[in-house]
Amino acid sequence: MSVLLFRRFKDQIVTMSLRGILVGVLILSAGLLGILLLKSAPMISDFPLSKLIFSAAWNPWKGQFGLSAFIVASLGVAIIALIFASPVSLLAALYLSECANRRLRNALRLPIDILAGVPSVVFGLVGVIVIIPSVSILSRLCGRDTTGYSILSGGILLAIMIMPYILSLSLEVLLSLPAEAREAAIALGATRWETVRHVVLKRSVVGLVAAVVLGFARAFGETIAVMMVVGNVAKIPHSAFDPAYPLPALIANNFGELMSIPRFDSALFLAALVLMIIVGIFSLAAQAVLHHIGRI
Amino acid sequence: MRNRKMKDALFYWTMLGSLAFILAVFSVILIVVFSKGFPALRWSLIFQLPKSGYYLGQDGGVANAILGTLYLSSGAVLVSIILALPAAIALQKDYTSPRFAQFTRLILDVLWGTPSIVYGAIGFAIMVYLGIRASLLGGIFALSLVMLPLMIRSMDEVIRIVPEELRETPLALGSTRFEMVRAVLLKQAFPGILTAVLLALGRGIGDAASVLFTAGFTDNLPGSLMDPVASLPLAVFFQIGSPLKEVQQRAYASAMILLFLILVINIVSRILEKRFTRHTIR
Repeated sequence: MSVLLFRRFKDQIVTMSLRGILVGVLILSAGLLGILLLKSAPMISDFPLSKLIFSAAWNPWKGQFGLSAFIVASLGVAIIALIFASPVSLLAALYLSECANRRLRNALRLPIDILAGVPSVVFGLVGVIVIIPSVSILSRLCGRDTTGYSILSGGILLAIMIMPYILSLSLEVLLSLPAEAREAAIALGATRWETVRHVVLKRSVVGLVAAVVLGFARAFGETIAVMMVVGNVAKIPHSAFDPAYPLPALIANNFGELMSIPRFDSALFLAALVLMIIVGIFSLAAQAVLHHIGRI
Repeated sequence: MRNRKMKDALFYWTMLGSLAFILAVFSVILIVVFSKGFPALRWSLIFQLPKSGYYLGQDGGVANAILGTLYLSSGAVLVSIILALPAAIALQKDYTSPRFAQFTRLILDVLWGTPSIVYGAIGFAIMVYLGIRASLLGGIFALSLVMLPLMIRSMDEVIRIVPEELRETPLALGSTRFEMVRAVLLKQAFPGILTAVLLALGRGIGDAASVLFTAGFTDNLPGSLMDPVASLPLAVFFQIGSPLKEVQQRAYASAMILLFLILVINIVSRILEKRFTRHTIR
């Protein structure tokens, strides 16, 4: 009897500690957001939000902390990345789900996973070696002489980085469709293109959009690689060949000199908060869709 | 009819072309890094600490950064395992209501996608509050924040797919939940858990943004948890920024070492997964 009691007791203890750790992790996550809010609070209370988010005047030495140039730059590189990456990744995912057999799919998992896991500094290095000179040549062809450090280079590099990510997410969405739907269309004599257009895309469009949105969120927050090719000039870019200064690069480049300028540290924490909120909103919406579909 | 077939063929070749393009990009990255890195690779680069004037082209290597990265990421992996495994088990329906579990999974997936520079900034804020300088401890802390959500979620996924019958059998025989978890869930999910750990390790080795201001950078090896520590991604980053050709060459070689580590981890995890999956019941 006492053995049974002891086993029960042990089980109770373990159950409590497991639940405790899970709740602890959740509290920790809430705490992280709280710390960001706390650190950027001086900024938010001293300046109206319009001066912070919608102003492009960034002169920390004069007490001007407008973040809009950085937000626009981040949006710019992320949108360029999406324009390049999403058609290619979606088409490749369609090939793997509609045409390839299981063997090919499994064989390609390794290179795709590895590509997704390549450290961002390595992407940045490849960007400096390959993309920068190419974009420089391209700009000369377009009649503008630039070094190549530009929003376009950042976008192209990000496109490469998020391709495997969008590919594997959308492949999961496509593979979760029941085979009967496709078979019905094929039995009616539809070609592969017609099946994809009228059946596969119609039924999976929400999930595919979610996959693309997650790619966008990933691109928006990417730091080191973008920083190496984007030029880091704090002005709103007017063309794709202009340099820009995305939010993550702002944080990464300036964190060292926190103490010398009043309020500067709080401005950088506000930048981190803005970054976290924008990425958070997009990925929350997309993840909610994917969870609803039952991918997970 | 001919028109429809042509459309189909066009579609087919665009799809195939896209896939080929992605694989070509993958090969170009490998080729560029290895062809630029290999000629600059020396034994001294791997095994020596940077000597004085290293960043001006003098002798030495990046052993400080290689070992530093291994310290940082293995430390963070240890911390994360201790928290992630219990949290992943607690997410199972044996321990939590499905609603709460779904909500937690959603939150963790969002945290997984949070940029690591944000974790770096938060880690730095906490360190300032506690009075800790940029150090191995701070780096491990920030890196654990990055790893934790991805480790919990990937462990959760592999534990969740253990078949219902296998869970119910020991319970029906009178075992407690904990005994069932230990004897069935952990055994069955072991290959997947291993993969999750290696995935997190790979992410930790390659992550630069979170350790940028939390771990610092130094030419020496850390003597204690409170000393600053170098890391390989940052070593690549700082060297590529140099105007000197010799130093840039070393950036290429360091990047090659970094990429090589990631390749090895990926391939090893694939092999281990295959080997251990043989011993699980399907």
